Amino acid sequence: MKQTLNSTSLSSAAAMAVRILFAAVAAFPIVFMMVSSLKPDQQIFGDMSSVAAFLPIGNISLDNYAAVFERVPAARFLINSIGISAVTVVLGIFINSLCAFALSRMEIRGKRVVFTAILATLIVPFQTLALPLVWWVNQLPYFELNGFSLEISKGWLDTYQVQIIPFIANAFSIYLYHQYFESIPKELDEAARIDGAGWFTIYRKVVMPLAGPATATVAILTFLPAWNSYLWPLMVVQSEELRPVMIGIQYFFQLNVSWGEVMAYASLITIPVVVLFIAFQRSFINSIASSGVKG
Amino acid sequence: MTTTQLPSPGRRLADPAPAAPPSKPRRRPRHLREQISGWGMIAPAAVLLLAFVFLPAILGFGLAFTNARLVSPRPVEFVGTDNFARLFADPVFWRSLLNVSYFAVVVVPVQSGLALAMALLINKKFRGVNFFRTIYFLPVVTSMVVVSLLWLFMYRKDGLINELLSAASFGLISGPDWLNDPATAMPAIIALSIWQAAGFHMIIWLAGLQSISGELYEAAQLDGASRWHQFRYVTWPGLTHTRTLVLVTITIQALGLFDQVSVMTQGGPLDSTTTIIYEAVRSGFKQQETSYASAISLVFFVLVLLISAVQRYLTREKD
Repeated sequence: MKQTLNSTSLSSAAAMAVRILFAAVAAFPIVFMMVSSLKPDQQIFGDMSSVAAFLPIGNISLDNYAAVFERVPAARFLINSIGISAVTVVLGIFINSLCAFALSRMEIRGKRVVFTAILATLIVPFQTLALPLVWWVNQLPYFELNGFSLEISKGWLDTYQVQIIPFIANAFSIYLYHQYFESIPKELDEAARIDGAGWFTIYRKVVMPLAGPATATVAILTFLPAWNSYLWPLMVVQSEELRPVMIGIQYFFQLNVSWGEVMAYASLITIPVVVLFIAFQRSFINSIASSGVKG
Repeated sequence: MTTTQLPSPGRRLADPAPAAPPSKPRRRPRHLREQISGWGMIAPAAVLLLAFVFLPAILGFGLAFTNARLVSPRPVEFVGTDNFARLFADPVFWRSLLNVSYFAVVVVPVQSGLALAMALLINKKFRGVNFFRTIYFLPVVTSMVVVSLLWLFMYRKDGLINELLSAASFGLISGPDWLNDPATAMPAIIALSIWQAAGFHMIIWLAGLQSISGELYEAAQLDGASRWHQFRYVTWPGLTHTRTLVLVTITIQALGLFDQVSVMTQGGPLDSTTTIIYEAVRSGFKQQETSYASAISLVFFVLVLLISAVQRYLTREKD
């Protein structure tokens, strides 16, 4: 605030103009996508040379969306992606925060080596792991409860768990929680221990309730790649009923692409993420900005 | 393996928690029960990381020296450095290396600069700051696959980008067929990549900006420092760690270019947009040559390690 006092109103107006310009550049493709999803193809191309490209005017309908549900089992894909993302997020929050809790607040021999090894995994890009990982998950045993007998078969390819389990543990989530836990006074643990609380109780009753912003950040940062995953399901999922939403895009690459339908499907799989993000954005951006990723 | 993309974790660990008073009780005796429950809490994440990161990494390292295929009746044999000899003799590999370097050389400075500008614009509280923060971050929450598809449509000869260019120049410019021209395909991919990812690094810069104490700015203002001098002598030195983090993460992300190419150009036209990872996936998945793909991945990994080590050395604290 101090700065605005000795700066002229002219320069703050200039700053606002730049802000609006950046916002326009950031938003125009997304607005164009959502607006086009409501128009027939002919009108999309007709409107392109004028500002009408960004306005829901003219022949507006949900026809493209109806066509999408006919062409693609979109409802099935949405349910799959919601399930896969939700399970990954919930288990990820639990397992990564538990690990960060122990590394941050307990006296454990060798924890520094473990923490360094965990952070080292950040430098391995997923794309380089993907191919050996396909080979490896195909060797893993698969337990299935069939009626009253437990059946064991080999290979995780073409299942739900192959889309979930490899992505639960995440070094970046552990790092975020660790940073956040370091800022919570350790005297709280001491006090709880004097009252006879065990470590898990301290984790559940003392530390986690204070770590809300970190949890919001980890939730979004786990949800996004889970919802957006494309390369991995492309390699490990064959059955249509197990596919996530991003794979649905392939259904549109045929002769005579209907761009209105493509835009409708793209909007359909983007809107849930945008809504979720807007709902959580305050705690997400603030928590990263104030406590999360400090260099 | 002490190199990580996050600055000096060891040092941070040693830092006392900011809220803790200086008179910490002396180190408690290490109770056995604390050891056991501690390891029990670490174990689930550690086991999963071991199984799904360390193991495949080691596996990939080993497979690079064999003739393994995804599905093959022949037994896997050790073939020494054959895959690497083949790789280094392949002109497409060198082309992909060149393309990725081109991409990184443009994207790293431009994207980190724009992200810093955006962070500075929304650092201070003002009416509507949350609105701008949300809008700037919106492209990041949009999947790269959706973004690629959308821009594929916008980059057509008769697409939105050319219509906008034409309108802005009063009809003087009629843009190229962006993705089908070897000269413009990579610049087109660069533009959309920066558009999609700048918001993420804006957040990292913002974290750095927020950690600089407001008192420093007040002191600088008392000394009559101009806006530029405040940036030069307070903001910039305060962002040392953040700079390394942004630089290293953007570089790794740039070298790993894949989604955009896979959706938009499939490496074409004339190999002008093919990348290291795209080649690895093409040979490993489409041609099922697991060993050759592992060799490419290994070369990529060594490259990432080298470049981030050099960057850390160059941006180290000189004290």
